[in-house]
Parts: sequence; C-alpha cells; structure tokens
Amino acid sequence: MLYTDIRRAIHRAKELMSSIQIQTAGLLTTVQDLGREGFGPLGVSVSGAADPISLRLGNRLVGNRETTAGLEMTLFGGTFHFPDGAIVALAGSDFGASLDEVNVDVGTSVSVRPGQTLRLGPTRSGARCYLCVQGGIAVPPFLQSASTHILSGLGGFEGRALKAGDVLEIGSSTEPFRKRTIAPHITGHLLAREVFGVTPGPQLDWFSESSRHSFYSATYRVGEQCDRMGLRLEGAPISQRKRRTMITEGVSLGAVQVPPGGLPIILFVEQQTTGGYPKIANVISADFHRLGQLRPRDEIRFEQVTWKVAHSLFMEQEKLLASEDSILE
Amino acid sequence: MPEAVTFKPASDQSLLVYFDRKVTWKAHRSVRRLLHLLASEPIAGVRNLQPAYCSVLVVFDVRKWKHGQLAAILRSYLRRLETVRLPEPRKMQIPTCYGGEFGPDLNEVARLHGMTPAEVVELHSSVTYIVYFLGFVPGFAYLGVLPEALATPRLASPRRSTPPGSVGIADNQTGVYPFATPGGWRLIGRTPIAMFRPGQNNMSFLAIGDRVCFTPISAAQFIALKNS
Repeated sequence: MLYTDIRRAIHRAKELMSSIQIQTAGLLTTVQDLGREGFGPLGVSVSGAADPISLRLGNRLVGNRETTAGLEMTLFGGTFHFPDGAIVALAGSDFGASLDEVNVDVGTSVSVRPGQTLRLGPTRSGARCYLCVQGGIAVPPFLQSASTHILSGLGGFEGRALKAGDVLEIGSSTEPFRKRTIAPHITGHLLAREVFGVTPGPQLDWFSESSRHSFYSATYRVGEQCDRMGLRLEGAPISQRKRRTMITEGVSLGAVQVPPGGLPIILFVEQQTTGGYPKIANVISADFHRLGQLRPRDEIRFEQVTWKVAHSLFMEQEKLLASEDSILE
Repeated sequence: MPEAVTFKPASDQSLLVYFDRKVTWKAHRSVRRLLHLLASEPIAGVRNLQPAYCSVLVVFDVRKWKHGQLAAILRSYLRRLETVRLPEPRKMQIPTCYGGEFGPDLNEVARLHGMTPAEVVELHSSVTYIVYFLGFVPGFAYLGVLPEALATPRLASPRRSTPPGSVGIADNQTGVYPFATPGGWRLIGRTPIAMFRPGQNNMSFLAIGDRVCFTPISAAQFIALKNS
C-alpha cells in the first residue's frame, strides 16, 4: 500500500534527521534567526538575534544562509550533545567552549563527531554567543521566522528558552565539512567599544540644551534589568524641559526613551512596538549588533552623528561583511 | 492630502508620519487609510509599519531609501488617501468578568472616582470603543475613548505580570492584555477570550478599526466560556 510506504519513508527520514540534545541550557538560550519583519500592525515586534552580525557570520562558517536559525546563548552557555555529529560554529562572544575537553575557538567551523559533547561556560567577553549548525535548527516557523519571542511565548522551540532534556532537530544538509574562519579584520571591526552612535530622537526638542549636553557627555552603566526587550541604563537622570503629554506612537529599534524618572531605556529586539515615553535619541543601525553584546554593569557613552554619517557607517559595514575575504577558507 | 501631515525621522531606518498631534477621529481614519493603501500597493524596501493613534512609523531598508526620498513617495500616497474605501468596521463583544480576583483594581478605581464598583462596571460596559491600533505586544488593542469619568492614571509601579485576558484602563484608554506581560494599567476585569491565537486566520481577536463592547459575565460564565 502506497500509504504505508510513505509512512515508512517519513519514519526513516525522521530517523536520519540529526539532533542536538540539550544537557544543560545555560542562563538563557533561545532559537533565533534574523527575526520577523512586517507584522507591526499586529503588535508583533521583529525579535531575532540580539547580535545579528554574529549569527550571520556563524551561519556562513557552516555553509548556511545568513538567515538560518541558530542558538543564542546569554552570559552563560549550555552543554550540547550531538548523537549524530554535526558541522558547527560559534560566533560572537567567547564562552570558553570545549568539545570533549578540547578547546573550541569562536569564529571557526568545527566538525563534531557522533557522540561528542560541546560545553560552554561563563562569558569571557560580551553578553552573547551563537551556536550555528549546518542545516540550521529546525523548528516550525511562526510568522515566517524561527525566532523565539519570550515575552509572548511565540516562535522558536515551544515559544520558550531551552531547558535541560530538550531535543532539537537539525535541518538536513549534505555539504561536506570545510574549515572556515572569520577574517581577523572582521573580528577586529566587531570588538566591543564604549561609544554608541546615536541620531536625534523624535522628541529631542522636549529636552533642554543642558539635558542634551549631559546625555552626550555622561557615562551610563547598563543595569541588571537588561534583556531582549530593553536595556535599562543607570547614571545621570535626564530631565525634560517641561512635562508634556505624549501620545503613544510607534517606536523604532534602538530608541533611547526617557521615562519620568529620567533614566534612559534602549528599546531592543523584543521591544514593545509602541510606546508613550519621549525619545531623546536612537542608536544607529551600524551599532545595533553591539547592543546585543552589552552585559549588565558595562559602561557606555553616546555620540551624536549626522544622518549622513549613520547611513554611511551602515553601508560601509554591510560592504565589509559582504566582501569575499570576510570569511577565510 | 490631509492638511496637517508632518514627517519626522525616528531613526536612521525609520520615519514617523504624523497626521495630527492629538487623538482625533480624522487622524485615526487617515492612519487606517494609509495602512490600507500601503497593504494593497506596497512600497519596495518598506520593511515594517507601526500604526498608532495619529501616526504611522515606517521602517525602511537603508540600502534602498533615505528619509527624504521615502517621504516624497509617501506624499504621493497621502494625496490619494481620500479615495481609499475602508471596510465596514466589525462589531466585537468581549465578555468580561469584573472585579474580585479577575479585576483586582476595580475597588480602587471606584474609590478614586467616588463611585461604587457596580457603577464603574456599568459605565465601562456601556460604551462602544474603537480599536485605534494594535501595539505594545502581539494582539494588544488600544481601545478608546474611555468615559472621562473613568479616566485613571497608571499604577505608580507596574505589575511584574498581568494574567492573560486582564481588562485594564489607563488614562482615557482601555485594553486587554493578551499575554502574561508586565503592565501598569489598572485591572478591572478579565475575559476568557484568547486575544492572540497563533495558527488561526485572524490571529489577533481584534483588528484596527473594530467597534468593541465589553459584556459583563459572572465568574461561572467565565469558567464555562474558558473551558468551551
């Protein structure tokens, strides 16, 4: 009977499908791709990798498309067992990874043999490390994306952060292993910097000259309450010229909003889509990925750049990433 | 083209289109019309739209557009807004169990306005609201206009988590929390209806432009509806 043949074929395909067993999940590990755009009218934010550039590079190391889903780890990584082996790469921050006790470098493709275990620990650099697997992490897409939106429990693996005992399927792939590394000039470009470029926020003129001055000259510390929704900053409060009623409006990624208390919050990938606080500034697109590497207690400053500079920094960065020599084979 | 339209860059990849600087019926219709027009005739390189009370945030591909160029294209859309025919608004009911554990702030809201809780329920459920837009989180509808007599400021410190389905009020707005999210709106009741249902055709129970009424139900009806 044809039907039983199909069932047998599906069964066989499932058996052939490789998997990752999560032995420990780490602090906060989620499935992320580059997010879901275009659903703002439903109140759905883009979500996606907090450091999208690292995810894109990690995917290229294993021969995936840049948009493929990987695992995003936060501050403390997990332990991943590969019963069937896999071709993997780590990108972003250094979480002290080892494969069966042998150190694994960030930014290099690695062939994992069946039965091997990849262990990561606390970060030695920034907040996020990405585990990319050839074939990608296979989860049912929600609104065209594999990204986990933690707050609403949508997307990713069961809409939540991973936990010990979870088994993730790896998408099929046949490409042979190739040793690839991220070129040093790209790694250099992505190094942490204290200064973030900003453009004027839509309510910049609600803030006095002296408030603006203190905003651009102050050093802010990233608060303990920093997550994928937003980064709360600690430091000199910014006062508004006068209290005005703000009508709720759409808020953009990287918006620096100032609630009545005066301590700014940077809206991040899992942001609310609309908000009612005035925005003094907006982090430039070329610096979004660096927001994703900020840890609690990191210190940052803001530097105002012109629209033109913001644009060219983004274009130059994309050109740098797109060039052939950004990944070495 | 609506007279008072202004553009303001929000970031290097987004542009705010303001129809007004206050919440008006006219601005709301313009927001809906622009969304409608951009849905039927999308602009290449426009990646996302975020409507609100009297504005639309347009997120664009930096490789394709600069603010000024996109504003010029949008102006040609705005000139045609009056020709856009909006679909008839749907009439939606939200069965709501008011007070008690379902609406922990009902008594306080009543006290603030010198009313009885029953009067608050009566007033809240006597009005037909408009869905001005969906924002904040998936499926959260900003409903207005709450009767002036019920306008209440947000809680001084927001709750860490609000039960899904919680009906809240803040200033002259009301709305239903679709998920267990943090929230500063005062909770006066709860609906058993799932406000956001992934996998269904109309993922969000409410859509922009809907007319919405809250219908008081008992705790027993709440449980029955929740289980049905």
